Amino acid sequence: MKYPDFNQTIPIDEVGVEERVSRLNKRSIKKDSKIQALKMALSMIDHTTLEGSDSPGKVIQLCKKARQPHPAIPDLPTVAAVCVYPRMVSVAKKELKGSGIHVASVATAFPSGQAPLSQRLEDTKFAVEEGADEIDMVISRGAFLNGEFQLVFDEIAAVKEACGDAHLKVILETGELHTFENVRKASDIAMHAGADFIKTSTGKVSPAATQPVTLVMLEAIRDFYYDTGKMIGMKPAGGIRTAKQAIQYLVIVKETLGAAWLNKDYFRFGASSLTNDLLMQIVKQQTGHYQSLDYFSND
Amino acid sequence: MAEERIDVKKTYKMYIGGDFPRSESGRTYKVFTSDDEFLANACQGSRKDFRDAVKIARGAFSGWSSRSAYNRGQILYRIAEMLEDRRDQFMRELGPIGFKTAEAEADINAAIDRCIYYAGWTDKYQQVFGSVNPVASSHFNFSMLEPTGVVAAFAPEKSPLLGLVSLIAPIIAGGNVCVILASEKYPLPAITFAEVLNDSDVPAGVVNILTGFREELAEHFSTHMDVNAMCYTDDLPKEMKKMIDENASLNVKRIVKRPVKDWYDEAVQSPYFVTDFQETKTTWHPVGF
Repeated sequence: MKYPDFNQTIPIDEVGVEERVSRLNKRSIKKDSKIQALKMALSMIDHTTLEGSDSPGKVIQLCKKARQPHPAIPDLPTVAAVCVYPRMVSVAKKELKGSGIHVASVATAFPSGQAPLSQRLEDTKFAVEEGADEIDMVISRGAFLNGEFQLVFDEIAAVKEACGDAHLKVILETGELHTFENVRKASDIAMHAGADFIKTSTGKVSPAATQPVTLVMLEAIRDFYYDTGKMIGMKPAGGIRTAKQAIQYLVIVKETLGAAWLNKDYFRFGASSLTNDLLMQIVKQQTGHYQSLDYFSND
Repeated sequence: MAEERIDVKKTYKMYIGGDFPRSESGRTYKVFTSDDEFLANACQGSRKDFRDAVKIARGAFSGWSSRSAYNRGQILYRIAEMLEDRRDQFMRELGPIGFKTAEAEADINAAIDRCIYYAGWTDKYQQVFGSVNPVASSHFNFSMLEPTGVVAAFAPEKSPLLGLVSLIAPIIAGGNVCVILASEKYPLPAITFAEVLNDSDVPAGVVNILTGFREELAEHFSTHMDVNAMCYTDDLPKEMKKMIDENASLNVKRIVKRPVKDWYDEAVQSPYFVTDFQETKTTWHPVGF
């Protein structure tokens, strides 16, 4: 396979990107289509807990919610995956057995990535051995910003190898990349190095996912598809809290990549509080009454 | 020769989360003086404005309810100070809607005094209404009051300043947050009062004031699951009352009907209006030897 020259920069029209996002945000999705969109968004969630205070109890609770988001509405879709730290993978794996819900694990010294490559690879292998179906890795932003693109590429390729059959999501941490051109370049490097998904953020850096950044990454995915015929998935993560934002993201995906990407195999939301807002909006659509968090479980 | 100057008129907008937004619906309605002359356009608040206000109020609740009672008292006192300072503005506003000079003065005085009255109660109602209860086991048993949460209320139709202040003060004195629908016919003093609130260290979102129509909003006020109590002081149409009562059952909203004819009456200021929006929490604390 022929790789592009990563020292070349693909210029991004920043004003154009923001204009396009703001135009797409004006789409009105109501009634039946809204319910469809809400349920679709729910099915695409990587239900996430990445706190220092995570315990098996909390992860079990999270998994129960993943299997049955809201007992009052039994026919809801489950979320796509539960995303935890490597140490919690076995707990989640056991709890989700037979549900079809994937276990995703962050690895490679998440969220900073500041550990020797050997440790990061060990971290990845550990998560895979514990049963993770998906690995969310972070790139070395410091190296990337230094212009060491080959190093970043090689590291991603090495992690991909360590993943074996597990899907690899590559976190670019766009909040630390400064420009759209860098986001585009990092996306290209990640996809060529073997990423199955590219992901915006760890959720630990502000700004996390934004719609303009997502659009830039989606366009990189589109161009990669035209060049190679391979479909790469997209995962915005962090900062997506409301159902309204989620639907806006779905519109952007549909208009950039088409309906083939509108499923949990190619699009995910990395979020923790989005689930409850989606549930509240679904119940609102069903009952006509605005809802309160008092009546939805916490995790 | 000086050119004739064009007046700069105030745009009356709503008060949500410490901001003064127009209605998201873009709608307005005309407000008239008591002599049916055009006075101003007011926002016609919508279902979504109410939803936004409740969301913001909910967000402000934990901060406000965890302020010390003493600090809430200071802030209520500050509202009184600011009202005093803006006396002239309220005189100008009450005049056209039927208040004679002496009446307007009395209304403003009473509104200021009412703020002071409830400012005093903030750190006292717990002492008066909380209790240590005798029980027949080895427990220390005590009851204390906690604010109900988000309170939605219809401000009195015929007392656009004093009535409004008398309604809001006991609600926030007890640590609640509120969304108030101003008098439909005379909404302007409520918006000017919002400017007072905005200048008084009242945290954004603690008091939110909408303008618009009861007929349109009553359903949403009463069905919203995140509203914990609803209050009105006027005699509402029978069907509306029934609808509110029925809708309130959805999340067992506390409905406070407080019929008031005369807002100057001493009987309409009372610590019981604070306790109307309080829940009693009783704790059984084991004590041993």
